[in-house]
Amino acid sequence: MSTGWTREQMAARAALDIPDGSYVNLGIGIPELVTQFVPEGREFIYHTENGLLGMGPPPADGERDLDLMNAGKKYVTAVPGAAYFHHADSFSMIRGGHIDVCVLGTMQVAANGDIANWSTGAPDAIPAVGGAMDLVQGVKKIYVITQHTTKNGEPKLVEKCSYPLTGPGVVSRIFTNLAVVDVTPDGFQVVELAPGVTFEEVEKNTGTSILPAE
Amino acid sequence: MINKKSPSAAAAVEDVFDGAVVMVGGFGASGSPIELIHALIDQGAKDLTLINNNTGNGEVGLAALIANGQVSKMICSFPRSSQSRVFPKLYREGKIELELVPQGTLAERIRAAGAGIPAFYTPTTVGTVLAEGKELRDFNGRTYVMEPWLEADFALVKCEVADPLGNLTYNKTARNFSPLMCMAATTTIVQTKKLVAAGDIDPEHVITPGIFVNRIVEVTDPVHEDTLIAEGASYP
Repeated sequence: MSTGWTREQMAARAALDIPDGSYVNLGIGIPELVTQFVPEGREFIYHTENGLLGMGPPPADGERDLDLMNAGKKYVTAVPGAAYFHHADSFSMIRGGHIDVCVLGTMQVAANGDIANWSTGAPDAIPAVGGAMDLVQGVKKIYVITQHTTKNGEPKLVEKCSYPLTGPGVVSRIFTNLAVVDVTPDGFQVVELAPGVTFEEVEKNTGTSILPAE
Repeated sequence: MINKKSPSAAAAVEDVFDGAVVMVGGFGASGSPIELIHALIDQGAKDLTLINNNTGNGEVGLAALIANGQVSKMICSFPRSSQSRVFPKLYREGKIELELVPQGTLAERIRAAGAGIPAFYTPTTVGTVLAEGKELRDFNGRTYVMEPWLEADFALVKCEVADPLGNLTYNKTARNFSPLMCMAATTTIVQTKKLVAAGDIDPEHVITPGIFVNRIVEVTDPVHEDTLIAEGASYP
């Protein structure tokens, strides 16, 4: 797909829908780019599952602290006003509904908000779930950033997930390279098209029915 | 005066027995008690059930313990990562058992054991394959899954500062699961970068109160998993 939003533009578009003052947890991959596109005048506080609220950008060369990592096991920094805590407190923030927004990548999202992003279910795959199932059940709003289709052109927005679920009916909004899509009681609905992308193009690349923007 | 100081890492892990359930603190490389793990490799206890978020990296620490054939079962949330090779190979060969537990459920199961709560209900995994066969119950119209506590015979943990009573502080995200594991194990063994006199840690700053700690080993200049891997190190 040559048209539509880049990875950075998808992250920037998602950032627009995060209110000022939100506590935000970001998944690995494109969601991490959200930190670079915080809209002017807004402040987000980043939570990372392994026990830090107030995560800052990666450290400058030569200044990494071996005891300061994020949930993706990358070295990070802590902003002024940050707090450290153990895992039970960290997941109390998640499960207890204290985190406002979680932005995740995915393999599939279904029209009813089901998400599958932890395992292909292949017999030789080593299952690894991390905090994904806690996040999708506990965080108030689950956003997804993903390419609209796989590298092979298969739709990632589907009627029913064929991969094992991370959580049922949890996703509220999806930011793809082609469009912003809401999960509604009537299924997928376009909120906004990327520049140069038509509704027909989105429809063709979606694995189930999708409603046009109102 | 109570003094929980152990003369060496070797002495501290001496009584870990074959078939023991062992919790190991750390999240990836941060907070991993490498010296205690290597002492356990030297000690040689077998058929261990290991509890950690991951399965170790490279050929040092947790990965080395697994590679040494001492672990029969792993309880963790994320068994594969970029530099994790030992566990995936043994798992595919059917030589090691895996109990996969979501990260938050793993933390809470450990906390529950330390708190004397045999089980709890969580929304995590409801509607997924990981909830299959588990007891479900509705509270206020939402479905939850019952998860049991997770107890251990031993916990191996790394901290930043300890006093002889076992009061501990940690450093940044190296804290992770360690305070929970200290509570949940019958015998908690801690390696500390700094051992100070009782009273030198401000009581307001204690993260793990000494009641949860049994043995302390001072390791003033601990090795770090990422540094060892960058050096291409292996153990033993």
